[in-house]
Amino acid sequence: MAKINLTVNDKNYTVDVDPKTPLLWVLRDNLGLTGTKYSCGKALCGACTVHLDGKAVRSCTFPVSAVGSASITTIEGLSSDLKHPLQKAWIQEEVSQCGYCQPGQIMTAAALLANKPNPSDEDIDETMSSVLCRCGTYQRIRRAIHVAAEGGVR
Amino acid sequence: MSSTTAINRRDFLKLSTSAGIGLVLGFCLPTKKLYGIDSPEAVESFAPNVWLAIDRSGTVTITFSRCEMGQKIWTSLPMIVAEELEADWSKVRIKQGDFNRAAYGSQTTGGSASVRTSYNRLRRAGAVAREMLISAAAQTWKVPVNRCRAENGTVINLDTKQKLKYGELTELAAQQPIPDEVPLKDPKDFKIIGQSLKSLNADLRVNGKAVFGLDFKLPGLLTAVIARCPVIGGKVANFDDSITKTIPGVRHVVEVTNGVAVVADDTWTAIKGRKALKITWDEGPNANLSSEIISETLKNAVEKPGTVLRDDGNVEKAEKESRKKITADFEVPYLDHAPMEPMNCTAYVHENTCEIWAPTQRPSRAHRIGTQVTGLDAKNVIVHILPMGGAFGRRLQYDYVRDAVEVSNLIKAPVKVLRTRDEDIQHGTYRPATYHRVSGSLDKNGYPLSWNHRVSGPGPYPGLITGGADTLAYDIPNIHVDYVMSDISIPTGAWRSVANTQNAFVNECFIDELAVAAGKDPYLYRRKLLEIYPRMVKVLDLVAEKAHWGNQPKGHFQGIAIHPSFHSRAAIVVELNTDKRGGLNIHKVVCAIDCGLAINPDGVKAQLEGGIILALTAALYGAITLKNGRVQQSNFHNYKLLTMRETPLLETYIVDIDEPPTGVGEPPVPPTPPALANAIFAATGKRIRTLPVDIKKLRRYR
Repeated sequence: MAKINLTVNDKNYTVDVDPKTPLLWVLRDNLGLTGTKYSCGKALCGACTVHLDGKAVRSCTFPVSAVGSASITTIEGLSSDLKHPLQKAWIQEEVSQCGYCQPGQIMTAAALLANKPNPSDEDIDETMSSVLCRCGTYQRIRRAIHVAAEGGVR
Repeated sequence: MSSTTAINRRDFLKLSTSAGIGLVLGFCLPTKKLYGIDSPEAVESFAPNVWLAIDRSGTVTITFSRCEMGQKIWTSLPMIVAEELEADWSKVRIKQGDFNRAAYGSQTTGGSASVRTSYNRLRRAGAVAREMLISAAAQTWKVPVNRCRAENGTVINLDTKQKLKYGELTELAAQQPIPDEVPLKDPKDFKIIGQSLKSLNADLRVNGKAVFGLDFKLPGLLTAVIARCPVIGGKVANFDDSITKTIPGVRHVVEVTNGVAVVADDTWTAIKGRKALKITWDEGPNANLSSEIISETLKNAVEKPGTVLRDDGNVEKAEKESRKKITADFEVPYLDHAPMEPMNCTAYVHENTCEIWAPTQRPSRAHRIGTQVTGLDAKNVIVHILPMGGAFGRRLQYDYVRDAVEVSNLIKAPVKVLRTRDEDIQHGTYRPATYHRVSGSLDKNGYPLSWNHRVSGPGPYPGLITGGADTLAYDIPNIHVDYVMSDISIPTGAWRSVANTQNAFVNECFIDELAVAAGKDPYLYRRKLLEIYPRMVKVLDLVAEKAHWGNQPKGHFQGIAIHPSFHSRAAIVVELNTDKRGGLNIHKVVCAIDCGLAINPDGVKAQLEGGIILALTAALYGAITLKNGRVQQSNFHNYKLLTMRETPLLETYIVDIDEPPTGVGEPPVPPTPPALANAIFAATGKRIRTLPVDIKKLRRYR
């Protein structure tokens, strides 16, 4: 066990955990931030995606000890009031079905838009094809990313 | 035209409003039999199973007993109530009811049934509340009720144009008698039904605040994972937990029906503890079972006659008389549901109570497991229903509920038992593998004279292998359908659209073979054989028109299929194109559905899109295989899901028809794989008779 300092959604925490614990479980079990989802545990599906200093990272295989001084953002910290363009676009385009994978989809898309404010279909496919959705919302995800990029939410 | 409907007062229950809570009405939705394989809940109940409350602020809260798993019934069902209630949609809220047989009757969510079976009752419920509010307003104004009209959460006095908000009327409304009959609106006056409204609670799905089963917390909640015998049906012989127990944070190690549970303060510790267990397994009767053995068993079984499902005319005679007879065998594998949220359940058995928090489609089963495991009276077992991160039929089962209740019963502490992805895939309740032999003979005009289909699959539930085989819609004078069940002890269950998945593949691929053998166009051939069902023809025509059937661009190839299920009719055209390297891509999938009245058209389209993708995933990748009794797939690298890049263009169309609503969630699934197979035939001349599709030329992305 080791004491580890974390900055999550601009708040500071100290946790006492096995340093090999994946960041996912620290967020969920120690900090109660359950918006970040467990699904595959092997970085295969992207449901657990969070940002480390703005970069998309799969928290289910990312040891908490490797976070270092990076600032962590989870879906709960993306915006305090659903103001992020992607959240607005997701609601407008009725993307979510069960909704379980959507935090990972949105966090992955947010990192994409931060890098490429106007992504092409190919850019979106490239980045988003590694985030799985069993309900089959892909077509709407792609559309919502374009809507957010174009500032098109009514 | 508006109509009047008589009210059976036994269907309604009015709560007293002395506490000033406003108008609260309970009403009853019918219960049903699921797939013909389970009946304990199929008793018509007159206990109310939906509650409608209007408080003094005018907020309408509808408490539903059915469960949300992504099918958006938490929006479409309230829309139906709100329409007749003349509610202000912005003030409609939805609440999940706990399991309560007395209050709700059946709460099972499945069979694409929620809207279909609730439509009329929900309308009546809304209308009853509306009439009581109108009566209250009429009494207030001392005018006849026919001088009042309800609109957008208010009652209007037609003479004075005065308005009273519902919130102002609830106390007096609650004192009105439940009316004997209520007028229902003319569908042409619908303002809410038929609109594509945004989902209620959509916010929670984009800000991380939705609490799925896996997210549920309780004070002092422990977390457990279970080490399960890798061989399906195997048991623990003995185990050594000495290392596990030295891990800080591990609280208990207990043996349960499904294996050895490691209970810890948190998930990661439980997973580490499980890894440190040393277990000797009794691998049981399946130790040598493999997919090859299963396949051989199912194939051999079609040689002998089975239980007859349908016998029209005389197939034997027709086959003798026909000049042309074709026979083909088809085979499809086991499939797992693999919802993104793995199976999990939380339970707390303490003193004389067992509380269960389950993401479940069938809370009654969770309740029954609670009583069976604990021996407690039914009234002391409480089941809370949590939203599901996907289900697709998997959460009709209760194996994962048993895990939690057994562990909590042994340790008498609140515990969440979750499955890691490998366990979830390797210990599923699978869509059964099936083997089919089908033969058809043609008359002198090339149309089928006979159809003979034998389904072979694992038992013990015929409903999981036969659905959709005997209901073949084509107008063929001689039809024989039978089935054979083999004793293969792999757990099986309903998978989105159940046995329609296997049998629509067979029906729709084989009718295509007959059309080609007759030298006829596959669309027109089907159309001719469906003339007796105008609604089928309409769906077929719509999909052909929208897909530009037969007029596709050069280098594009189309396949068509249609299948009725869950009281709806869905048709699919898959269009392939060729790339520069000569590979085939799935370019586009066009879907048409007749689901009667579409309550929330965009919600219907979302289900069609999702159903097509689930079905394409199965057709391209889906296979659970066994070796030495062990499921060989373990995660999304070898049980693949379709990705965004692989998703073709999806176009969905809803037949505009004035009929009551029917199923939506499942009907798009069955016709998709055969439409794909038929398109591959059109492009390559190769018939696909086994799934998943094994054809190297087919590139799986646009």
